[in-house]
Amino acid sequence: MVNILIISHSEKIAEGTKELAEEMKQAEVDIQVAGGTGDGQMGTDADLIEKKLKSMDCQDGIVVLADLGSAVMSFNMVKEWLSEDKQKKIKLANAPIVEGAVLAAVEASLGKNLEEVLAAIEKKSILNKNNL
Amino acid sequence: MANKTKELFLKTADVIIENKNYLTELDAAIGDGDHGVNLARGFKKLKDKLENGSFESRSEVFKLTAMTLISNVGGASGPLYGTAFLNISKVIADSRLDLEDLVEISEEAIAGIQKRGRAEAGEKTMLDTLIPASESLKESRDNNLDLDTALKNCLQAAAAGMENTIEMQATKGRASYLGERSIGHQDPGATSSYLIIETFIKNSLK
Repeated sequence: MVNILIISHSEKIAEGTKELAEEMKQAEVDIQVAGGTGDGQMGTDADLIEKKLKSMDCQDGIVVLADLGSAVMSFNMVKEWLSEDKQKKIKLANAPIVEGAVLAAVEASLGKNLEEVLAAIEKKSILNKNNL
Repeated sequence: MANKTKELFLKTADVIIENKNYLTELDAAIGDGDHGVNLARGFKKLKDKLENGSFESRSEVFKLTAMTLISNVGGASGPLYGTAFLNISKVIADSRLDLEDLVEISEEAIAGIQKRGRAEAGEKTMLDTLIPASESLKESRDNNLDLDTALKNCLQAAAAGMENTIEMQATKGRASYLGERSIGHQDPGATSSYLIIETFIKNSLK
């Protein structure tokens, strides 16, 4: 199963996004969060991101959803510290964090592979709000 | 050499901590208002680690600085300065540095920041201080200027670069969300970069 990591500047956004995504799971998918700086401030904690990526099951891949600048930057940096094999299996999605996480939870729990999950959540229609 | 480098970073930490509110005010105008707070948090931690550690080489001090900032800053400036100092740690020697070495160091720092932030000159970022400073060092090298003159010119170029960010529109980072309204404010990242360069240069001229 593809697993999911949510990285946000805000611990509340990360936790809330996870909660929303968990509701949609059709089967067991590991959804982890790295939110805030670890001391209650807004920001990102590279060490926490590293810890999560190292502890999560990466066999079928991990889809990462990140919000703003330093979340993306910290993730890219931490990814470079991992083995090449892991780097290939960990993908930052080009998708909005909430919509992306919810859809990723559905797709991953249906047993889709890493490429399929990414393709699903990177569709532009995910951003469409006026013609639901 | 390791001890001198340690002293240099302790001074840099003091300067950043002293300017915490100034940097945060600059950031509040066009960003999320945490640049000073974030950097001060990282540099405070660095002070603790430097004061309680002993070091064999310049490279070791730069590496510790990089990793401490990466782990403790919490904003984009952590990975940005962290990658810059990490790159420097890979090339810096323990012998006396000449102008050629300083050019290489400045280019490594810029390469690290560009790799991480994917920014170019003119986007209202720390690069707008660092790139003119590096260009000035190259010019001095090409004209065979002595080291002290080269460093004075470098500091002037860094200051001018920082001030030029006032008129720029941000196209990278949180300030880019403000679009044209980012014009008229000095960039906090360009300012912290200037403070670091200034501390490095002033303390090495003595």
